[in-house]
Amino acid sequence: MADLGADATGIVPATRTLPLAGFHGGSAAAVLSAAVPATRLSLRAGPDAVQALSGALGLSLPVQPKTSAFADGRHALWLGPDEWLVIDENEADLMAAVSASGALHSATDISHRNTAILVKGRSAAAAINGGCPQDLSLTAFPVGACSRTVLAKAEIVLLRTAEDAFRVECWRSFAPYVSGLLTEAAEDAGN
Amino acid sequence: MLLIYCPYCEEERSELEFRQAGDAHIARPTNMTEMSDEDFEAFFFLRDNIKGLTFERWRHLNGCGRFFNAARDTVSDKFLTTYKAGLPRPDVSTLRPATEATVETYEATESNAK
Repeated sequence: MADLGADATGIVPATRTLPLAGFHGGSAAAVLSAAVPATRLSLRAGPDAVQALSGALGLSLPVQPKTSAFADGRHALWLGPDEWLVIDENEADLMAAVSASGALHSATDISHRNTAILVKGRSAAAAINGGCPQDLSLTAFPVGACSRTVLAKAEIVLLRTAEDAFRVECWRSFAPYVSGLLTEAAEDAGN
Repeated sequence: MLLIYCPYCEEERSELEFRQAGDAHIARPTNMTEMSDEDFEAFFFLRDNIKGLTFERWRHLNGCGRFFNAARDTVSDKFLTTYKAGLPRPDVSTLRPATEATVETYEATESNAK
């Protein structure tokens, strides 16, 4: 029998299929690629739990609109007055981390609900503006700014990771639509 | 495209991120089991559909997700102000500028309909 990679218990670990595995596209001015897998948490909590949750996650949860925090491969994005999207690019167990906080909160693991597309290049903002109505100038949307918004008909969460780089989080069922629309917009944004 | 000020995000966003969510300041009755059908109908179904200044609930659906209240002119579609849910109705007299330009509506310019 072929070796399927079974571990000591005889269980063959399932291979994870990414919705946008191997996706590349865009133009020289706005390069698109699929982000590596990450764990994600939809976190909701009142203001009195923010400090304990921040300690448990190892970063300080942002409380100002449109801001995010980053520490050691982990992002915390302000989505609403009591709502955050936590992304860990090292695939750490975020549920265990917040469970240990001891503070009242609601957490849902959405690692597999979302996928992300990275947009990078001098016309990255123009490519996203192809479907997103927000002002993405550096004064209105500086590095580290984040927002839940729309990209044409799909809901996305947008995070500016550098002056010329964005992370576009969308639901995995919307991934073909969002990637296709961004590909078109990136081509329109020039070379 | 309309820009709507979200009191929770503290900035103006495109109307595409918002949804209207009915009239604002509708008090839910505390004696719902005892009230008459007519009173319940009035609370539950009947709305004024005002022409002019109305107070509405709006939701920043594709943003912070929060409901808030807005004072909007249904003739010009202009948002006079927005404020957080739970706050009292703002003073109407402070909302309208004294010398607000007349809005050109079809009725005012083309039609004789009154």
